[in-house]
Amino acid sequence: MAFFVRRLLLSLITLAIILTMITLIPFVAPGDPARKIAGGTASPERLAQVTESLGLDASPPVQLGRAFKSVFTLDFGEAFTKPGESVVGLVSAALWKSGKLVLFALAVVLPLSILGGTIAAYKKDTWIDRLIVNVGLALSSIPEFVGGVVLLWLLGVKFEFFKISANAPQVRDGAELVDPGIITQLHHLLLPVLVVLFVYFGYIARVTRAGVINALDSDYARTAFMKGLPTGTVFRKHILRNALQPTVAVVATQLGYMLGGMVGLEIVFNYPGLGRMVVDAAQTSDYPLLRGAVVVVALIYMVATLFADLIIAWMNPRARLGGEG
Amino acid sequence: MTVTESTSTQTAALSIQDLHMSYIVRGTPREVLRGVSFEIRPGEAYGLVGESGCGKSTTAYAAMRYLPSNGRITSGKVLAGGRDLTAMSSKDLRAFRATEASMVYQDPVQAVNPVHRIGRQVAECFEIAGVPKGQCKDRALGALKQVRIADPTSVMERFPHQLSGGMLQRVVIAMALASDPKLLVLDEPTTGLDATVEAEVLDLVRDLSAETGAAILLIAHNLGVIRSMCDRVGVMYAGRVVEEGSVEEVFDTPTHPYTVGLLNSIPRRGIRKTDRELFAIPGNLPSIGDPLPTCVYVDRCPIATDVCRTDVPPRVDLDNGHFTMCHHADNISSVPGPEDTEWNHEIGLEEVIGVENVSKTFHQRGVDIPALVSVDLGFADGETLGLVGESGSGKSTLAKTMLGVHEPDAGGAITLRGRPMATKATSRNEESIRSIQMVFQNPDSALNRSWTVRRILTRSITKLTGLSGAAADARAVEIAKGMRLSERHLDMRPRQLSGGLKQRVAIARAFAGDPDVVVCDEPTSALDVSVQAAILNLLGTLQRDERTSYLFISHDIGVVRYLADRVAVMYVGRIVELTTTDKLFEGPNHPYTEALLSAVPSVDGRTENRIPLDGEIPSPKDPPPGCVFHTRCHRVIEGTCDTQVPELKEIAPGHSMACHIPAEQLVELQIRR
Repeated sequence: MAFFVRRLLLSLITLAIILTMITLIPFVAPGDPARKIAGGTASPERLAQVTESLGLDASPPVQLGRAFKSVFTLDFGEAFTKPGESVVGLVSAALWKSGKLVLFALAVVLPLSILGGTIAAYKKDTWIDRLIVNVGLALSSIPEFVGGVVLLWLLGVKFEFFKISANAPQVRDGAELVDPGIITQLHHLLLPVLVVLFVYFGYIARVTRAGVINALDSDYARTAFMKGLPTGTVFRKHILRNALQPTVAVVATQLGYMLGGMVGLEIVFNYPGLGRMVVDAAQTSDYPLLRGAVVVVALIYMVATLFADLIIAWMNPRARLGGEG
Repeated sequence: MTVTESTSTQTAALSIQDLHMSYIVRGTPREVLRGVSFEIRPGEAYGLVGESGCGKSTTAYAAMRYLPSNGRITSGKVLAGGRDLTAMSSKDLRAFRATEASMVYQDPVQAVNPVHRIGRQVAECFEIAGVPKGQCKDRALGALKQVRIADPTSVMERFPHQLSGGMLQRVVIAMALASDPKLLVLDEPTTGLDATVEAEVLDLVRDLSAETGAAILLIAHNLGVIRSMCDRVGVMYAGRVVEEGSVEEVFDTPTHPYTVGLLNSIPRRGIRKTDRELFAIPGNLPSIGDPLPTCVYVDRCPIATDVCRTDVPPRVDLDNGHFTMCHHADNISSVPGPEDTEWNHEIGLEEVIGVENVSKTFHQRGVDIPALVSVDLGFADGETLGLVGESGSGKSTLAKTMLGVHEPDAGGAITLRGRPMATKATSRNEESIRSIQMVFQNPDSALNRSWTVRRILTRSITKLTGLSGAAADARAVEIAKGMRLSERHLDMRPRQLSGGLKQRVAIARAFAGDPDVVVCDEPTSALDVSVQAAILNLLGTLQRDERTSYLFISHDIGVVRYLADRVAVMYVGRIVELTTTDKLFEGPNHPYTEALLSAVPSVDGRTENRIPLDGEIPSPKDPPPGCVFHTRCHRVIEGTCDTQVPELKEIAPGHSMACHIPAEQLVELQIRR
C-alpha cells in the first residue's frame, strides 16, 4: 500500500514538472501566437489587445499558476486556433478516436504476439522460433509511416476490401451527422491496426518469449510436468502467470506512446487522433491545446503504469504481500 | 536389509537396462550415459553416488523419462513395473507420472510455483490422479498432515515465499507422495538444507516410504545420507555403474579403486588435519562425449596396469550381489590411501584477531533485530575456529561484522593484535584490511568473470600490499604456485576453470596480502567430495606454511571436525558453546550441540538415536525469554530455562557453555560419539 502511495506521489511530481515545462515553452519558443491570430499587418494596439485576451501578457509565475489551476478545474480554456471550442472538448474527441484505435490494436496485437512469443519459447532454437523472432524483428524495424504507406498501396488500393482512410465518414441520421456503426469503424481501422501489429509484434513477442523460456526452465515448471499435467495445463496454470509479468510492464509503458505518439500513422491514414493534435498544436503555437493534450497523454501514461503494477501485484503474491522470504 | 538375489517372479519397481543417452551439443551427440544398468525392487531404497558429471542426475530424470530438449535415449530400456518408459505414448507417460512415480529434487524453494497457494498446488496432484474435484482439498490437507508440517491448515492458504526451505521440502514431498507412487526418485533432496532439517526430511521419507512400500532411487553427494537411507548403492563413473552392492559392503569394503578414492576423500572416522591429508582423486572426470578407454577409470586409477587399457574390465561378482567392474578387484588393498601429515605446527599463544563483546542490531521498520548478542572470540596465530549452527543462527552476520561489512553496536570491537580496528571496512587502514580476508561459498559470483586470473590476483596484490607492475606479477605467479595453479591458468578467465580451480583462485586472492585471518564461509559446500578434499588439504597446507588463522563456517560437521582446532556453536546470534574440537566430540555438550551432532548422517553407519529439533530456529526479532534454546530443548528445566538467561561460562579449561544444567549431569545424560 505504501508502495502505491509513493508511486502516486512520484506521478504527481512528474506531472507538475511536465506542466511547468509546457507552460514555460512560450517564453523560449520562437513565434508569437498573438501575431498569428491578429495577422501580420495588425496594429500594435490590436496586437496588445489580442495578447491580453490570450493571457500571454501575464508573468511566468502567473501563467504557471493558471496552468496548475487549469489541471485542477479541468478547464484549459479555448484553443487559440479554434476560437469558441474548448480544449477539453477537442482533446476528449481526439482521445476518443485514439482510444478506439489503441483498444482495437491491443485486442489484435496482444493475443497474437503473446501466442507467437509463447510458441517461439516452446519451440526454442527450432526453425519456428527463428521464423517468429526474425519476422517480428524485420517487421518492427520498418518505420510506421513507411509500413503504413506500403500497406495502403498494397492492400488499400489494390484490394477494395481495406479502407484507405482510418476515419469512417460520418453518416446522416435525420438532421445530424453521426459516427457510423462500430463494425464500419473497425473496418476502417483494420489497416492502421495492421501497422501497429507490425510495429509491436516483434517487441512484445520477444519479451514474452524471454519470460516463457525463463519460466519453462524453472523448477516449478518441471514439478508441474512431473505431476503428469498435460502441456496445455502446465502453460495455462503454471507458466504464463509467471512469464507474462514483464510483458504486462512493457505493454503499459508502450500504451502512452500508442495513444499520443503515433503521429506518422495518424497522418498516413488521415486519422484525427491525439498524436496529430499534439503536433499540430505545437506547430501553430496553440498553447492551451498543447497543454491539455500533453497533460492527458502524461496522465494516461501514469495510469497505465500504475495499472500495470496492480496487475503484476495481482499476478505475483511476492510483490503483493511482501513478507519474509 | 538383507540382500537377496533378484527374483524373476517379482517385477522390479525400476529396471534400467544398458541405457545409453546422449546430449546433442551443437548438432553432435555426446554420450552421457554409456550403458547404465541396475534394478530396484519394490520397497527397496537404492542410492547412486559419484562426482558431478558422472550421469547420476541424468539417470534419475531418465527414470521419469524427463529429458532435456537436447537429450536422446539412443539405446537401452527403462522399465518401471515391467513397462518400458522409452516406448510409452505421451498420454501414458503423463498417467505414469501422475499415479506411479514421483520425483523430489534439490532446492524446494524453486520447485513450487511462487504465484499459487500451497493448498492449490498440492490439490492439483490429486486432481490429476483422478480424485473427484470436491475431495481434492481435503486430501491435500491430509497429505500435508502426513508430512508432519506445522499448522497444515494455515499452510494450505499460504504462498511459497512465506514458508522456510525445510517446510517447502515437506510440501514437495507431500506432492510427490500424493499419488501413492510405487517409485520415488529423489535427486539431492536435502542438499542445501541444514543438517537438522535434513535429518527430519530423511526420517520422513524413510517412514512414509515404509508405510506406502514405495521404492526409492536416491541421488546424493553426501555418502552419509546414502548410508543412512539406502539398502543398496551403485557407484557411477563416466556414465556407467562401476560398483554395486549393499551400502554396508560398498562403504565398508569397497572393491573398485574409484569407490576407494571417493571414500578416502571424505573426512571420516574422526580423522583430523593433524593426522593425515584427505585423498584428492587426481585428474578430472572425462567430459560427456569423450572417447573412453576400455576401463572408464583407467586414467585416474592408481593401480591401473596394461591390461586395463587393452581389455574391458570384467564384472567381478562378490558375495550378496556385490559386484565391481575392475581387473584388480582382488588387489584393491594396494590402492594407496591418503598421506599422513607431519603436523608439527603449534598454535600460537598471541591473539591475532579478537572479537570483543560484539553485538549487531539491525533496524527494520522501527523494529530492533538483535542478530548478534555479545559475541566474544579470539583467534590465535595459526588456529582454525570452526563456526557451526543452523541457517539463521548468525554465522554469516558474525563473519561480515568481522570484515567490517556490518558495523557492530557501540561497546563492541574487533581488535588486531590487541588494538581496536575501525568498525567499518571503508574506514579501516590498509593494515587492517590486509589482515582479514574472505573466501566465499560460490567462487562464480566472487570473481570478476571478465578478468583473467592474473588480473584478479595482481589487483588484489596491488591493493593489499602496494606492489605493482612486475613485482605484483611475480608475486601473483608465486601465490598461484602455492595454490597449485599452473601459469597456464593465470591467463584464463574464471568461466574457463572448473569449480575447484575457481575456488583455488578465490583462496589465492584472499591470500594475496598475506592475511592474518581468512574467513571461509562454506568454501567447499558447492564442490564435489574429491575437490573438497583438495581444497581442505590446500587450506591445511597454507595454514601450516603461512600460520594463517581461519574462521571456518560450515554446516558439514565432518569437515569442521577435520579442519578446526576449536569450534564455536551459535544459536540465534549467541555463542552457546565454545571448545576444542576434541572436547566437542567427547562431550559433555550443550543440548543444542548434542542435537546438531546427532543429526549428522555418517558414512560409517554409526547412526545413533537422533535428537529431533522441533520447529524452526526462532527469529532474532523476538528471541525466546530465558535461554534462547529452551523452546526446542529436549532437556529443558521448566521454571529455570524459560526465565533465566544462562551465562556462557567455563565448565572445564578451554570449554565454555551456556546451559543451566551442570556439566557433570550432562556427562551422565549424553552418549559419547
